[in-house]
Amino acid sequence: MAIETTSAFKQEKVHIHIEPTHGWVALRLYELWEYRELLYFLTWRDLKVRYKQTVFGVAWAIIQPLFTMIVFSLFFGKLAKVPSDGLPYPIFSYAALLPWNLFASSLGQSSNSLVNSANLIKKIYFPRLVIPLSSVLSGVIDFAIAFAVLLGMMVYYDIRPTPAIWLLPFFVLLTLIAALGVGVWLSALNVEFRDVRYVIPFLTQFWLFATPVAYPSSLLTGWWRILYGVNPMAGVVEGFRWALLGTQPPSAMIGVSALISLAILASGVLYFRRMEKSFADLV
Amino acid sequence: MSNIAIRVEHLSKKYRLGRRQSNSKYRTLSESLLKWASTPWRRLSSKDHRPPENIVWALKDVSFEVQHGEVLGIIGRNGAGKSTLLKILSRITEPTEGSVDLYGRVGSLLEVGTGFHPELTGRENIYLNGAILGMKRAEIERKFDEMVDFAEVERFIDTPVKHYSSGMYLRLAFAVAAHLEPDILLVDEVLAVGDAQFQKKCLGKMGQVAQQGQTVLFVSHNMAAISSMCKTIIVLEGGKLKLKGPTAQSIDDYQSTLNAPDDESNPPLQHGVAIFRGPTIASDHRVGTSIQSGDPFSACIDLIVGKEFVGYDLFCILMDSIGNIIVHAHTDNRNFHNTLAPGVLRVKVTFPPLWLKPGIYSLHFKLIGATLDGEKIRLLSDHIPLSIGGEAAGEALLGVLTPPIHWAINSADPGH
Repeated sequence: MAIETTSAFKQEKVHIHIEPTHGWVALRLYELWEYRELLYFLTWRDLKVRYKQTVFGVAWAIIQPLFTMIVFSLFFGKLAKVPSDGLPYPIFSYAALLPWNLFASSLGQSSNSLVNSANLIKKIYFPRLVIPLSSVLSGVIDFAIAFAVLLGMMVYYDIRPTPAIWLLPFFVLLTLIAALGVGVWLSALNVEFRDVRYVIPFLTQFWLFATPVAYPSSLLTGWWRILYGVNPMAGVVEGFRWALLGTQPPSAMIGVSALISLAILASGVLYFRRMEKSFADLV
Repeated sequence: MSNIAIRVEHLSKKYRLGRRQSNSKYRTLSESLLKWASTPWRRLSSKDHRPPENIVWALKDVSFEVQHGEVLGIIGRNGAGKSTLLKILSRITEPTEGSVDLYGRVGSLLEVGTGFHPELTGRENIYLNGAILGMKRAEIERKFDEMVDFAEVERFIDTPVKHYSSGMYLRLAFAVAAHLEPDILLVDEVLAVGDAQFQKKCLGKMGQVAQQGQTVLFVSHNMAAISSMCKTIIVLEGGKLKLKGPTAQSIDDYQSTLNAPDDESNPPLQHGVAIFRGPTIASDHRVGTSIQSGDPFSACIDLIVGKEFVGYDLFCILMDSIGNIIVHAHTDNRNFHNTLAPGVLRVKVTFPPLWLKPGIYSLHFKLIGATLDGEKIRLLSDHIPLSIGGEAAGEALLGVLTPPIHWAINSADPGH
């Protein structure tokens, strides 16, 4: 659909032109900006509903990474004696679990988001990208809550953040870009192919082991380590540890991760926009 | 600039009903990959070798224009393309061919309460639903009290809507929708829900909207609502624009096409078992859908049976303009062991004078039964409007019936 909105006289003359589109279409990202209030309200709804429906509410945001950290510390740290870059293993794994959980939950939520919002898609028009975007954004609050625990642990272990901590928002953003990129791909595929949803848990599990959460990436050296950045979460996780705990800087690895994340997001958004027109008919 | 609000040109929409091996409605990735892998030669050759697909044109070459401030009704049978048209106009789905120009802010109401979440409170849902319908936050805040008043839910505004009665829920949902003020409003059958009181309120609000100079496109089965609100209507049939014209005349034309169906335009046998042809209404040996309040009348329908089936029950249902059932007559279960053999049956239902209040009513038939294989059949006929005339009744007249009452007022005092 080619839509041009001509706001000649202060939104008095709105003109919408509808035509069939073929092949690759313009991204029209400005439309997302126009619908920012909807994005806000959908994110807000996701959060509100999630915390209302659970017994522990906000506590879930902490329970999940905390217990994973305990299990990891016990099995990988104590029993398997996995190296942890000279840091206490609990904080070593927890600092990685934070971005990982943000990524995994955002990925899961956004992949199923379109199918779960079928009733909206069939009944009302808005840029469909708002839906996976809002599911990714709603994960940020959980992240922020779990982050408070990390600060507590840093005090306990007496670890001072490095000067690189100002880069932390950048790593969070990179996590969101990676999650949104994969989420946009999977959500659009999920509309057409309903077995994609069964792939998601497997993919997440596989991805967790391919990411240096339970072990350090310093096990690899030189070019191998840089190549490891092909997994966008590898760069992010090591970036987190570096900025907060002062491990080895991820150097070129983070560049590779950033490029890969952006490539996934760009291709995902292109694919999404191409498929978007058929969502209402298929979902 | 001309005064056109909506221009639709040669609009067509094609749906593919793909033939799939599995019964599932959706494709699966594994199935697609398997197919892709098992037919390498097919991919190399041209696209012509694809298996033939069932193609349905939900809309075919539809063109019309709507002026600013016009309230246009859209009528047609089920599957005529009404909803597809609204979906394209509201940008939910894309046309296959043709184009649409909309001049003004568009608001579409294809459903009331889209996006309502049961866990959220009334207040929260107003904000959410308003945003979904395209309202700005400031606009919602400004109209908030008005919406709550309209919905009559002040006391429960901070209660999750899952605790609402269905009536409260609908009122709240409609209240948000009714306060949407776009230049062009697209409405689909939203009035087909709720109790009579609520429907009246909705109709009133819709009428108000129409008078405020907004352009409204209104899809409905409710002839009465259409004729009271719209000056012009378009009739869709089989995805094509049948006619566009003044409401009263067009409804008549539409009815005459319903009353005189030719064999070619009949829909295919539903389930391959049976279809209705008609219904028609007659009074005083004259076919027509306009009768006087005190007239006896009859409704006829042809039932074309394609395959033998058993245990049928036939209904004849008369409803008023807002969907209240006035008469719900059926053949009872006396036919439960009867079989219905293939052939054409003519069904005639004779009504005594009903003395209904003048107005527009709607009549349809329904058939339920099962084939010999046990497949359940539920068949609905078209709704035809029945216009009942009579002594011009004041609008404030209460009640449902206007029987010829005789008053006798005499003195009861035994002294005289």
